[in-house]
Amino acid sequence: MRQYEVTFIVDPVLSGDEIKEAAQTYVDLSGSEGNKIVHVDEMGLRQLAYPINKRTSGVYYCVEFQNEDGNFLPKMELALRRDERIMRFLTVKLDKYGVKYNEDKRNGLIGKKRPKAQPKKEEEKKVVKEPVRAKEPVRAKVAPKASTEEE
Amino acid sequence: MASREDIKFLKNPHLGDQKKKYCRFKKFGIKHIDYKDADFLLQFINPQGKILPRRITGNSMKYQKKVAFAIKRARHLSILPYVADHLK
Repeated sequence: MRQYEVTFIVDPVLSGDEIKEAAQTYVDLSGSEGNKIVHVDEMGLRQLAYPINKRTSGVYYCVEFQNEDGNFLPKMELALRRDERIMRFLTVKLDKYGVKYNEDKRNGLIGKKRPKAQPKKEEEKKVVKEPVRAKEPVRAKVAPKASTEEE
Repeated sequence: MASREDIKFLKNPHLGDQKKKYCRFKKFGIKHIDYKDADFLLQFINPQGKILPRRITGNSMKYQKKVAFAIKRARHLSILPYVADHLK
């Protein structure tokens, strides 16, 4: 069994149902012929880094599936290439590290580290900000007094 | 003034010292580089969107190749730009 990953971009001009329908056809296709779908990741509407076919955004989908040998892939790629609703696609064979990475990501082992780190930073910032705010009015109060004394 | 004891050096003696670069993939045991993770790959490209050389990132040859491959895949999927002006 080899594990593959197909990422494709669906045209965002279509209506919401049509986008889902387009994505579903390829999810079904990658699940046919004895393939086993491991995971379907809807990455959602994203801004493109450069325009494709005069579109500046696209709906990303990522389908992970297992296939016995690669003979199925040319059929899938031909279907994707012929479909006008699909703006771009990429098929990748995952090695053992890639499979493990995706598993960890789904279980939240990889994504978790960042959200944990970010709140801490925010807390630190808040702590830092508050004393500064408290000090500023004090300084402001002191400064006018000094000026009055000078006068 | 020259006899002041608290001034021992005119400048920070460690100024200009080079820190030893290391391969972050080897050090932290990262085995797989995801081409969909744009924030991570941004660390390996310059503001024009070019791939940074190994002498700057410190990556080992093995992982530099993987990084370059992941960036090229991300460019194809329009996750990263081929050319940009002010990426960072």
